[in-house]
Amino acid sequence: MELLSWGDRGWGDELFRATLMTLAVAALAFLIGLVFGTAGAAAKLSRWRVARAAADGYTTVLRGVPDLLVIYLFYFGGSSVLMTIASMFGHTGFIGVDAFTTGAIAIAIINGAYSTEVIRGAVLAVPKGEIEAARAVGMSDALLFRRIMIPQVLRFALPGLGNVWQLALKETALISVTGLVEIMRQSTIASGSTKKPFTFFAAAAVLYLILTTLSTWGFQRAETWSARGVRRA
Amino acid sequence: MPPAPEALAVTDLHKSFGPLEVLKGVSLTANEGDVISIIGASGSGKSTLLRCINLLEVPDSGQVRVAGETIAMRPARDGRAEPADRRQVDRIRSRLGMVFQSFNLWSHLTVLENVIEAPVHVLKRPRAECVTDAMALLEKVGIAEKRDHYPAHLSGGQQQRAAIARALAMMPQVLLFDEPTSALDPELVGEVLRVIRQLAREGRTMLIVTHEMGFAREVSNRAIFLHQGRVEEEGPPAQVLGEPRSERCRQFIQSHL
Ligand SMILES: Nc1ncnc2c1ncn2[C@@H]1O[C@H](COP(=O)(O)OP(=O)(O)OP(=O)(O)O)[C@@H](O)[C@H]1O
Ligand SMILES: [Mg+2]
Repeated sequence: MELLSWGDRGWGDELFRATLMTLAVAALAFLIGLVFGTAGAAAKLSRWRVARAAADGYTTVLRGVPDLLVIYLFYFGGSSVLMTIASMFGHTGFIGVDAFTTGAIAIAIINGAYSTEVIRGAVLAVPKGEIEAARAVGMSDALLFRRIMIPQVLRFALPGLGNVWQLALKETALISVTGLVEIMRQSTIASGSTKKPFTFFAAAAVLYLILTTLSTWGFQRAETWSARGVRRA
Repeated sequence: MPPAPEALAVTDLHKSFGPLEVLKGVSLTANEGDVISIIGASGSGKSTLLRCINLLEVPDSGQVRVAGETIAMRPARDGRAEPADRRQVDRIRSRLGMVFQSFNLWSHLTVLENVIEAPVHVLKRPRAECVTDAMALLEKVGIAEKRDHYPAHLSGGQQQRAAIARALAMMPQVLLFDEPTSALDPELVGEVLRVIRQLAREGRTMLIVTHEMGFAREVSNRAIFLHQGRVEEEGPPAQVLGEPRSERCRQFIQSHL
């Protein structure tokens, strides 16, 4: 137990900081993923065939390729792109890209593919008749979007987005390969230097469980709130 | 007595869905205070006619004039027509109240919020004033005590009455009803018809698509029988619904007694 204590002799404070790092990457990735997801859903629902095809390509590829591979592609791809640019300015040698940024963006892109489907489904779930009623009273597109679509899309998307957030949390473990010190990486380091892998990986599991349990609870609260007025089946 | 001023005029409306020509040149005029019932077999184009009037469907050709203002159309790339000015369409829609068969209340808003939504956000009237007016309307349709309920917690009849209040809140020049009681259990039809009857008595201008022949006869001062996208017969309800001249109308009425 001493191993997990706070301060110089234990790993408690390191694990705590790693947990914050996991949360930060996951939150950033989730938010950027929502932006990708919104754009993806808009493209999938657009009248423009090229946009639809691009969005289909995006979701098919990202859901078909292993997530770890996407992260590698981003990390190494990102640094070789940077190195190419740097060499044009006469710089040679290895340039690593910031693990936090690449990690967050890689997970955001993976997450965005799932968000795309969730948001698309939510838009399609808004009853057509309610949209017509809005048009019939003379609402402009902007007003219809703001007053009728957004509140309902949020309501319908919330459960799915809860799952996407859980995925984001768990996928942060994959970016430990880039050296970012989040829960997974920190427990690997700790088990290596103490030769007590079970203790630290168990601690890591508990930390992830705490995070996911808290988020499940939070999303459930939000769902209950947003589903007011909807008859429970 | 001079004739009342024109509230709505539809001229030579045409509408096709792909190869299916649903409206083949429909014209009608409603003066202020007219209650016009529109009857016809399923698929004859009744809903399409109402939906073309407020441009939920864009007619291929023809004109719609509301209180003297003609909706400006222009040729679209595919050779059909399209509205020339979306803002004008929105403005005209706000003067036409539509009541749908399936109510279509906004499910994320309470009854009161449904009723004040468009007056506050489309007409940009002060909220407090809209709430006062909305309460009076809910009182009138008999569901004031449901003001804070969500649509899903109301019966069909209550939802339809809320939808009528929502339409009235815009102070529309013409009300369009598309089979307002067809989705209701029989025992709930009466409460909705009562409200519409009251509106007729107040002199509201209304177009009512309905299969309730007795009600149509009692409430309207004119009846139109649509058949395959054309006005087959038009006149006083006692004639159109009682002693129709056209053979098709006679058959239709007989099958709906
Ligand atoms: N959006 C659409 N796309 C294709 N066909 C349509 C569309 N809307 C209506 N139609 C067709 O147009 C015809 C007329 O439909 P409409 O809804 O106007 O009939 P109606 O007289 O209201 O019938 P009902 O009594 O069943 O409501 C029908 O054959 C219908 O299938
Ligand atoms: Mg119809």
